[in-house]
Amino acid sequence: MPGPLVQIDQLTKRFAQGNLAALDDVTASVSAGEVTGLVGPDGAGKTTLLRLIAGLLVPNTGKITVQGLDPVSDARAVHRIVSYMPQRFGLYEDLSVQENLTLYADLRSVTGADRDDAFERLLRFTGLTDFKKRLAGALSGGMKQKLGLACALIKTPDLLLLDEPSVGVDPISRRELWRMVYDLVDQGIGVVWSTAYLDEAERCARVLLLNEGSLLYAGSPQDLTDRVAGRTYQIRHISTDRRKVLSEATKLDGVIDGVIQGSRVRLVLAEGAEPPSLDLLDAGDQSEMALTPPRFEDAFMDLIGGGFKANSPFADRQDAATHTVDKVVEANALTRRFGDFIAADDISFDVGRGEIFGLIGPNGAGKSTTFKMLCGLLRPSAGSARVVGLDLQNAPSKARGRIGYMAQKFSLYGDLSVRQNLDFFAGVYGLRGQVRKAAIERMIDTFGLSDKLIVNALSLPLGYKQRLALACAVMHDPDVLFLDEPTSGVDPRTRREFWTHINAMVANGVTIMVTTHFLDEAEYCDRIALIYRSRMIASGSPDDLKESARAHGLEDPTLEDAFIALVEQSDREREAA
Amino acid sequence: MFLRILSLIIKELLASARDPQTRWVVLFSPPFLLVIYAFAITQEISSVNLGVYTQDRGAEARALISRFEGSPIFEDIIYLRSDSEIPAAIDARSVDLVLRIGPDFSRTLERGEHATVQLILDGRASNAAQILAGYSGRIVQNFNEETAAALGIPPLTKLVTRVWYNPNLDPLWSAVPALFAVLTAIVGFMVSALSIARERELGTFEQLLVSPLRPTEILIGKAVPALLIGLASATAMLILGWLVLDVPLRGSLILLYASMVVYLAAIIGIGLFISSLAATQQQAIIGLFIYMMPAVLLSGYATPVANMPDWLQVLSETNPIMHFIVISKAVYMKDAPAELFIHHTWPMAVIAVVTLTAGAWLFRRRMS
Repeated sequence: MPGPLVQIDQLTKRFAQGNLAALDDVTASVSAGEVTGLVGPDGAGKTTLLRLIAGLLVPNTGKITVQGLDPVSDARAVHRIVSYMPQRFGLYEDLSVQENLTLYADLRSVTGADRDDAFERLLRFTGLTDFKKRLAGALSGGMKQKLGLACALIKTPDLLLLDEPSVGVDPISRRELWRMVYDLVDQGIGVVWSTAYLDEAERCARVLLLNEGSLLYAGSPQDLTDRVAGRTYQIRHISTDRRKVLSEATKLDGVIDGVIQGSRVRLVLAEGAEPPSLDLLDAGDQSEMALTPPRFEDAFMDLIGGGFKANSPFADRQDAATHTVDKVVEANALTRRFGDFIAADDISFDVGRGEIFGLIGPNGAGKSTTFKMLCGLLRPSAGSARVVGLDLQNAPSKARGRIGYMAQKFSLYGDLSVRQNLDFFAGVYGLRGQVRKAAIERMIDTFGLSDKLIVNALSLPLGYKQRLALACAVMHDPDVLFLDEPTSGVDPRTRREFWTHINAMVANGVTIMVTTHFLDEAEYCDRIALIYRSRMIASGSPDDLKESARAHGLEDPTLEDAFIALVEQSDREREAA
Repeated sequence: MFLRILSLIIKELLASARDPQTRWVVLFSPPFLLVIYAFAITQEISSVNLGVYTQDRGAEARALISRFEGSPIFEDIIYLRSDSEIPAAIDARSVDLVLRIGPDFSRTLERGEHATVQLILDGRASNAAQILAGYSGRIVQNFNEETAAALGIPPLTKLVTRVWYNPNLDPLWSAVPALFAVLTAIVGFMVSALSIARERELGTFEQLLVSPLRPTEILIGKAVPALLIGLASATAMLILGWLVLDVPLRGSLILLYASMVVYLAAIIGIGLFISSLAATQQQAIIGLFIYMMPAVLLSGYATPVANMPDWLQVLSETNPIMHFIVISKAVYMKDAPAELFIHHTWPMAVIAVVTLTAGAWLFRRRMS
């Protein structure tokens, strides 16, 4: 049997002297003919490792060999057998699909008949044949990634490195990408797929699990998942507030992790612990504790020592959200046109006080457009958006004063210290005097920022950035909090901490509007609207949506299954019409 | 509302002070550049090599040559031995000019007749050639007067030159005021043009747009800090020009500062307009340079506006740099009357109002 395709020995990479190591003493291997998942949150060292394998970075200590070759000293030989698809979109947005392919063929010296064969094969493989003339910049997120994959495959490599190929890709395109990768694996190519989504680990033959530069686990995902077998439960048929049940459950010693899954609460127990009594959790008479198959994420949480256990200080506050309006957010026939293109078409819904409402949908389907109209970033072409009864067009400044907004990307002032950021947002939202002082103090206490006050926001660790962003968004006690992909790329523990705060705020009557790609996050919502091709094709609780997928013959569908089923059904109806 | 704007202003100032790049680009580099440029663009001629080819060994010829030798401007005197050496010496730039004296120069003068000498200059450096021609002319003129006196011929007319406002024709005196105006503009442009585009790129702009801040408030909150930074940088340059470069300031500082506020408002208006058009910092910088290059070159900084074609002169009325260079030169070199300030300040005020309003409008449009 031949040796592994890539052998990594005691590899350490530091970007600056004295800094934390981006990769710390990593030993691992990658084999041909299978998908190796490089799994970990943002900042774990995934991209660094891929770039080291591709010979784009030089290790400080340790060694990498690719088929026995050193990626730095034998760079030319290694480049002939390795293809690297960088994060985001590594292509030329102003060139067409065909021009991008031609450019990469030239770079790889693929000419003559080989070249025509390669184009023909790759366009068919990626389903881009009909889009040859389209500018790459005008493609959807999923199509961009497919084109990126096609360019990386112009010359069939022995090793294909994919850096977060599923970021910004909707569930349907994501499934297609996986299908393509399995095809490549069947041809004997070794694929490394890096991802921050833990559910993708389950699709890999082997995973390398990275966290803060160290390798936590290397092996088959099933072996890791099996470690928590028999310790994962779902509390079903909860008749009381499931968020309260979760918060009570995670306080218990025997519970190491808990999340909300639609109407259910999922718990991971410590080794040897008994499931907690349902009476203790006040889950209602009909509730039941059911053993459920473990997921990779459960095992990951077990590995890092459990989720976020502390209580959110928001839970002790009763003074927020003083308004009396029933419909906190109203979308009335919201429509937005960009020239001939209708980005959002006649979208209506109401969101009540203390509700978590999620907008989901493929990229470019209109969910961001709708979201932006609701928080006043975009003017509707027709229809209206109201927040606590205030029209965002007629009373924009006043309405915006009742909104909190947290963007997907960290969008605070990196050059300002934590304290200065808090001061700034307090001022912008018109807080003055004692109120201002109290609000800032409260945020510092709530989010544990007191020892970081003079640190520049940019140099904060990711988890703290997330906290500061949330602090700046809720300091003025908004009635509605808008969250734009709040936890994409964030490690699962920080995500749980984040949702602990959100759940506590909701208990105090704050309304949450959230858009997300990450369907596990949508499970936290009370209601979801699915936006597809500019229209709202479904809305309801996560369980309602899953129910409609069950009608399509799936037994225990995930929200992702439901998403795909609903989108496909909409496509069929559109074709029939 | 005032609290909101004030918060924005404080934030802008803090961010500029805490970002090392902004701090350098905006606060320290303009005064630094002022000093560097002031010396670099100096039109003074030094270390000139003079070639002398004389076919005359008479006393008069030697007297004339020794006057050239005695002049501090000529560093080396190189004697050439034949006509054919002249082109080679000029071509190789081993001499910058050649003084050529014919065989009967002394004899002609002794006869009391008019004699000629030839000066050969290198036209490739036209500016230096002109200065050297003037300088050599004065040496010859002095020689003439004294020779005439010695021969007892009374001098006919004598030209006495007095240069007002810059009696020693110190090139720094004319360079610094113009540079001051241009560098102040660059500071204003950089701070304002990058500010919005930068926030848009970092994603913080959306954070501002969803806050209760109104577009006009954002615009004010962006313009005021830029104005303050521009004034601070300009003050540093004024002090430097006065203490280090020794250029006197004769006019009213109050009038200068008053017109400088209007000037910076116009500059910042243009900068913010470009910034609200741009989606990224890169676009903002490109847009800025497309505007800034012609604006500086046609401002009268390098060549007089009066030498431009009529239509360009009309166009340059819309160029705030042109107006402020006039004011700056007037304040530096002479105690300019208030009318001059008013004459050149109101067009800048119009530019400021137009560009700031356009910026606010564009802003509101981009929001929807």
